[in-house]
Amino acid sequence: MALIHTSSPHLHKAVNATDVMRLVVLATLPGLAAMTFFFGWGTLINVIWACLLAVGFEAIIIKMRKRPLGFYLKDYSALVTGLLLGLALPPFAPWWVMVVGVFVAIVIAKHLYGGLGQNPFNPAMVAYALLLISFPVVMTSWTQPFLMVDDGQSWNVMGFIDTFKLIFAGIEPPMIDSFSGATPLDAMRHRGGQTTEEVWANVPVLAQGMGAWHAVSAAYFMGGVFLIYRKVLTVHTPLAILATLGGVASIFYAIDPYQFADPFFHLTAGATMLGAFFIATDPVTSATSNKGKVVYGIGIGLLIFVIRDWGGYPDAVAFAVLLMNLSAPFIDQYTQPRSYGHAKAKRGMKGGA
Amino acid sequence: MTDYLLIVISTVLVNNFVLVQFLGLCPFMGVSNKLETAMGMSLATTFVLTLSSVCSYLAFTYLLQPLDLEFLQTITFILVIAVVVQFTEMVVRKTSPLLYKVLGIFLPLITTNCAVLGVALLNIKKVNGFIDSIVYGFGAAVGFSLALILFSAMRERIAVADVPVPFQGAAIGMVTAGLMSLAFMGFTGLVQI
Repeated sequence: MALIHTSSPHLHKAVNATDVMRLVVLATLPGLAAMTFFFGWGTLINVIWACLLAVGFEAIIIKMRKRPLGFYLKDYSALVTGLLLGLALPPFAPWWVMVVGVFVAIVIAKHLYGGLGQNPFNPAMVAYALLLISFPVVMTSWTQPFLMVDDGQSWNVMGFIDTFKLIFAGIEPPMIDSFSGATPLDAMRHRGGQTTEEVWANVPVLAQGMGAWHAVSAAYFMGGVFLIYRKVLTVHTPLAILATLGGVASIFYAIDPYQFADPFFHLTAGATMLGAFFIATDPVTSATSNKGKVVYGIGIGLLIFVIRDWGGYPDAVAFAVLLMNLSAPFIDQYTQPRSYGHAKAKRGMKGGA
Repeated sequence: MTDYLLIVISTVLVNNFVLVQFLGLCPFMGVSNKLETAMGMSLATTFVLTLSSVCSYLAFTYLLQPLDLEFLQTITFILVIAVVVQFTEMVVRKTSPLLYKVLGIFLPLITTNCAVLGVALLNIKKVNGFIDSIVYGFGAAVGFSLALILFSAMRERIAVADVPVPFQGAAIGMVTAGLMSLAFMGFTGLVQI
């Protein structure tokens, strides 16, 4: 073991929730920029709208509970919830979808349980799953990456004013059809009898638009690596998710490449990277110990693959995260590390004969 | 073999009796305050569910059907379940007095657990064959146990949370059960049985 030499003073800055949340916001910025670049202004407008709503609802609830307003708003946690939900929703989602979503996230999933640090489910994912079940049409109509509109040479996205009108007033610009389309995961899920090879060749969003999704995933990956570097999160959860998803996808791809998508597709399409680094790693709702985080991550990776390939929903990150959120207290119960000098705790049923 | 696996996946995840079909909510809310009790209850219910599912299948196929008495199925099943529960109670009392004490009133209450009667009724409607009905009953019981155990681990954590006063206790339990059910919607469409 190498000894680390440092000179005095041996001071450490205490890490508080505010700093952590601020770093998380910072780390999502490359992803936000990439999504705005490829999918137009909708994402940016959604994120800002969601953040405003989140802080507003948070303030109302804190006032109702008669707690100090400044102290609770300063921790940025509502902002992060709004940000994640804004990034997860389709760019042209109408304004009221976001109102419903943020209300569910902040009021029901977070403050009914007592606020930050006590909610068992990830608020943004509760809202996403609820919206997906309640408004499936709105939630599954995505935007085409600009690469596919027109010739792919110029930056061909819907203008800022048009997007604003579409989200808040529902006024559709004349060219709306050329801006909306399915996601790669949708195309893969509803491909009919086609083999994966045929889908890649025939469906435009895969043949031409996949580059945009690669870039967005790369941006989230960078943000995640930054968070690990700044020690906001440990490597266990993201690594377990990505390794499990990639591993299982590789096995099935090796068995039957005509029916199952390749592992690289699974890792770069949809919300895999956003989920692995920003959503699943939420310290409140994930497992606590390192061993627990690995189990938790493996569960999420497996569930993503199972629901994507056999389930009814094209992307599975929200459901996978929620399902492992509800298993997290149980995982914690059985992965508590032994404290030094104590024997391993006896767990489970004590009612034996 | 694949058929049996599909029945298990269907009953445990896709059509989970508690979280998707909303049966057996009384023990789900009542015995989920502590993880250990929940585990004991799960074991007892698993035993009862599997056994009663098989017994009611046998009673239906070899007693009611030959005599054209299908309209008596509900009352017959209730009788069969009551017998099985009584039998389980005697076994638990002899083998594990502590568990018997911990489960208390909930052990005889398995009789009125709607999931048990629900499984017996759905069983004769949905599956056919002796082995199938064993697998169906067992799968339903595993699904019940899964939901109950995960829920009780969560409730132990929620018990120490700073929940607003109007939502403390059963109210927040109901909200949590609803959110769990929302999460289980993710399994929709996995298998069609």
